Amino acid sequence: MLFFSKRPTTKSLLSVKPFVVFPLLAMSFQAFAKSSEVVADEAQRWGMNMPQGVTATSNEIYDLHMLIFMICVWIGVVVFGVMFYSMIMHRKSSGAVPSKFHESTIVELAWTIIPAIILVAMAVPATSTLIKIYDTSDADIDIKVVGYQWKWQYEYLGEEVSFFSNLTTPQDEIYGRAPKGEHYLLEVDEPVVIPINKKVRFLITANDVLHAWWVPALAVKRDAIPGYINDVWTVVDEPGIYRGQCAELCGKAHGFMPIVVHAMEEVDYQQWLDAKKGEAEELKLAMSQSFSMDELYARGEKVYQTNCVACHGPVGAGGVGPSLIGSSITTGPMNGHLSLMINGVQGSAMQAFGEQLNNIDMAAVITYKRNAWGNNMGDMLQPVDVLNHKRSL
Amino acid sequence: MGDHGPAQGFGRWLFTTNHKDIGSMYLWFSFAMFLMGGVFALVIRAELFQPGLQLVEPEFFNQMTTMHGLVMVFGAVMPAFVGLANWLIPMMVGAPDMALPRMNNWSFWILPFAFALLTSTLFMEGGGPNFGWTFYAPLSTTYAPPSVTYFIFAVHIMGASSIMGSINIIATILNMRAPGMTLMKMPLFVWTWLITAYLLIAVMPVLAGCVTMMLMDIHFGTSFFNAAGGGDPVLFQHVFWFFGHPEVYIMILPAFGIVSAIIPTFARKPLFGYASMVYATASIAFLSFIVWAHHMFTVGMPIAGELFFMYATMLIAVPTGVKVFNWITTMFRGSMTFETPMLFSIAFVILFTIGGFSGLMLAIAPADFQYHDTYFVVAHFHYVLVPGAIFSIFAAVYYWLPKWCGNMYDERLGKAHFWLSFIGLNVTFFPMHFVGLAGMPRRIPDYALQFADFNQIASMGAFLFGFSQVFFLFIVIKTIRGGKQATEEVWENPEGLEWTIPSPAPYHTFTTPPAIK
Ligand code: HEC
Ligand SMILES: [Cu+2]
Repeated sequence: MLFFSKRPTTKSLLSVKPFVVFPLLAMSFQAFAKSSEVVADEAQRWGMNMPQGVTATSNEIYDLHMLIFMICVWIGVVVFGVMFYSMIMHRKSSGAVPSKFHESTIVELAWTIIPAIILVAMAVPATSTLIKIYDTSDADIDIKVVGYQWKWQYEYLGEEVSFFSNLTTPQDEIYGRAPKGEHYLLEVDEPVVIPINKKVRFLITANDVLHAWWVPALAVKRDAIPGYINDVWTVVDEPGIYRGQCAELCGKAHGFMPIVVHAMEEVDYQQWLDAKKGEAEELKLAMSQSFSMDELYARGEKVYQTNCVACHGPVGAGGVGPSLIGSSITTGPMNGHLSLMINGVQGSAMQAFGEQLNNIDMAAVITYKRNAWGNNMGDMLQPVDVLNHKRSL
Repeated sequence: MGDHGPAQGFGRWLFTTNHKDIGSMYLWFSFAMFLMGGVFALVIRAELFQPGLQLVEPEFFNQMTTMHGLVMVFGAVMPAFVGLANWLIPMMVGAPDMALPRMNNWSFWILPFAFALLTSTLFMEGGGPNFGWTFYAPLSTTYAPPSVTYFIFAVHIMGASSIMGSINIIATILNMRAPGMTLMKMPLFVWTWLITAYLLIAVMPVLAGCVTMMLMDIHFGTSFFNAAGGGDPVLFQHVFWFFGHPEVYIMILPAFGIVSAIIPTFARKPLFGYASMVYATASIAFLSFIVWAHHMFTVGMPIAGELFFMYATMLIAVPTGVKVFNWITTMFRGSMTFETPMLFSIAFVILFTIGGFSGLMLAIAPADFQYHDTYFVVAHFHYVLVPGAIFSIFAAVYYWLPKWCGNMYDERLGKAHFWLSFIGLNVTFFPMHFVGLAGMPRRIPDYALQFADFNQIASMGAFLFGFSQVFFLFIVIKTIRGGKQATEEVWENPEGLEWTIPSPAPYHTFTTPPAIK
C-alpha cells in the first residue's frame, strides 16, 4: 500500500534548507538592484525588452507594459514564494504531518476579490491609453499604405506622390553566399518619409491577402485588410530611421517585406517631397520618349529583379509563378503579354501590374522578358505603346 | 461477473468497443502525432538556428508552421485528453463502459484517416497548407494551394470525431454514474471533461461552418471572405476565433482536472476548495465564449469592442487565479513527496502561471499592439500548452500507467524525463519572450541579426526537448513490458474509485456498480 513511502525520493528536488535559501534570495535581490544598470545595458544589447520608442504613445505603451509586468512579477513572488515555502517545509521526508483543512470561505472570497481589484487598477491606465490611440482626428499628413505580396506602397494623399517600397537585401546574403549587412532584411529601396512633430495618419489597406504594418519604435501596428481602410497615427519626436516588418502571415515572402520609416525635420521633409514631385514630372515627360533596346533591357532587368523574382525566380525559371522561359505568353503575341501584365490573372498570385508599374517600367520589363534567358524574341515595347494599350481598354 | 477477455489479433483493435482499448488507441495515436508534430517543429527550429535560409525554402517553412500547429492541436493534445477520458471516466464514476461504445469506436477510427489525409497534402502539387494553423482568409482561400480542399475535408472529419467523443462523454457522465455518485462528488477530472465536452459541442460546428464557407468560396463562387466580391475577410477571423478561443480552454480544462487529482495525492491532503474549483471551471468556460476578439486587437475594431474584449479577457484571470491558489493551498501544510507525476504537476502550476501572466499582459489591448503576432505570443501559448496541456498529460500517464498496465514505471527514469523536459522546454520557450518583445514577428523563416542569439538558444532547447520525448516512449514501453508489480492503490491513499480495482485494471470493470460512501 505505502508503495513509495520508503523511497528517499524527495532528496533530489531541493535539499537546501530554508534558512539558507531566504538570505540567499534577499542577497541576490540586492545584488540585482545594484547591478541593474549593468543588467539593463546587457538587456539592451541582447534585445530583451520592448523598445521604448520615439513617440508619446510608444512611451505610454512601454510604461503600461512595464507596469503590468511588475505587477505580475510581484504576484509571482508571493504565489511562488508560498509554493516553495510549502515544498521545502512541508515534506514527508522531514516528517511533516498533513493537515486536514480543505476549504475556507473567507480565504476563497479574498483571493477572488483582491485580484479583481488589481485588475481594475490595470484597466484604468490601459483604457486611457487606448482612447488616445484611437483618436485619429486632425492629422497634418495622410499617407495611404497598401500591402501587396510582398511589398508596401505609400501614397501621399493630396500630393501626387506614390511609390513602392521593396526589400533590398540581396539573395546572396539571404542564402549565405555573402556576409549579411547591418540591416539585413530590414532595408528597403525607398523608405516612407515623414516629418517629425507632425501628426501623421496612415490609412492602411491591402491589395491581396492580409498584411500588418508594424513599426515597433512608433508602437504602430495595424492589420492591412483588403476592402478595409484602417487608420492609425503617430507623432515622431526624434529624427531617425525606424524599422519594422510585416506582422501578419501573408504567404511565402512574409518575412521579406520590411517597413522603413525615415523621420526628418520638417524642412528636409518638404525638400524631399518637392524632389519627389519633380521626379514624377520628369517621369511624365519621359513617358513620351522612345528608348533603345539596350536601355529598355537594362531597365527591365532592374524592374524584374525588384518586382518579379520572388515568384518567377532569378532566371525566370519559376517558383510560385510559372516559368517564363519559352512560355506561351512571353514568347507569344505582344498584345496578350501586355494585357496579362496590366490585368494580372484573376484569382492567382499574379497581380495586375497596370497600376503598380509606370509605363516605362512596364515596357522595359516586357522587353526584358521577351529577350532574356534565351527567349530571344527580338521585339521591344515603348512606353507610348503601353499608354495606347491602356487607353484602348 | 461475465469476465470475458479481449478478442485476439488486429480485429480486437478494429472492432473494439471497450473503453480501455479505445483509450489506449487514442493515447498511442496522439503520441505518434506528438512525435510527428515535433519533427515539424524541429524543422522550424533548425531553420531558425541562424539567420539566412539554410535548410528549407520559405514555402516549405510555412507548411511546417501550419502543420506543426494543426497536428499538435488536433492530433496530439485533443486525442490524448479523449484517450484519458476514455480510460478514466468510466472507472472514476463507477460505470462499466462508455455510454455509446459503438460510436466510441467510430470516433477514434476516423481520426487516422483525417490525419493521413492532412499529411498527404505535403506531397501534393503546390504543397500542403501553408497559411498558418489559424488559416486566415483570403490566404487560405483565393491564394491557397490546391491541397486546401483536402485540408478542409480533414478538418471536417476531426470535428466529427470530436463531437462524437463529446456526446459520448456527456452521456456517460450524466447517465452512467454509480448510485450515490452525485455531481458534486465527481472527481474534478470528470467535471472538467464534462464542461470541456460542452465547449466542444458548442464550437466544433462553428469550425465546420468556417471551413465550409472556405470551401464554397474556393469551389462554388461565393464570396464570404472575398472583399472583391463583397465579402469580408474580418468575418473569417470572428468565426474562427469564436471557435478558437474556447478551443484553447478545451486543451487546458482537462489538464486542470488531472492536476487536481495528482496534487492532493502527493500532498497527502484533500484538494482545497473543491466546490470553488468546479465553479471556477464553469466560469472560465463561460468567459471563453466572450473573449475571442482579443486575438484580433489589431484588425481595427471600434473602440467599444476593443474595450469590451479587453475587460472580459482580464476577467478570466480571476477564476484562473482561484485555481492556482487552490492548488498551492492544497500543498500548504501537506506532507509532500515528489514522484514524477507530482513533479510534472508542480511544473504545470508554476509554468502555466507564467503563461497566465503573459496572457494577462497580452490582454491589455494597447500593449498588445506591440506584442501581437510576435514571438511574445508564441512564447505565451507554448507556456500554456506545453507545460500546461502536455505536462499534465505526462503527469497523467505516470500517475495512472501502473493502474493501466499493472507495472510501476522506473522512478529514476521518470525523473530524468521530467528534468530533461523541464530544462528543454524553458530553454526553448523562455528566450522567445525576449525576441518577441524586441520585435521579432512570428511565422518568419529568416530574421534580422539582432535576434540571432536567442534563436540559437531556443533551437538547442527544442532539440533537447524533442529527444527527451523519445526517452519517454522508451520509459512507457519498458513499464508496459515489465517492472515492479503495482498494488491496487498504487500510491499512498489516493482518492477515487479507480484505485479500488486491481492493477492492471481488468478488461471489464464495475459491471455491478460500486457502493459510494
Ligand atoms: C506574387 C507572385 C508573383 C509576382 C510577384 C509576379 N508574378 Fe507573374 N505570375 C504569377 C503566377 C502565380 C502566375 C500564373 C497565373 C495563372 O495563370 O494562374 C503568373 C503568370 C505570369 C505570366 C504568364 C506566364 C504564362 O506563360 O502563363 C507572366 C508573363 C508573368 N507572370 C510575368 C510577371 C512579371 C513580369 C512580374 C513582375 C513585374 C510578375 N509576373 C510578378 C505570380 C507572380
Ligand atoms: Cu505581408
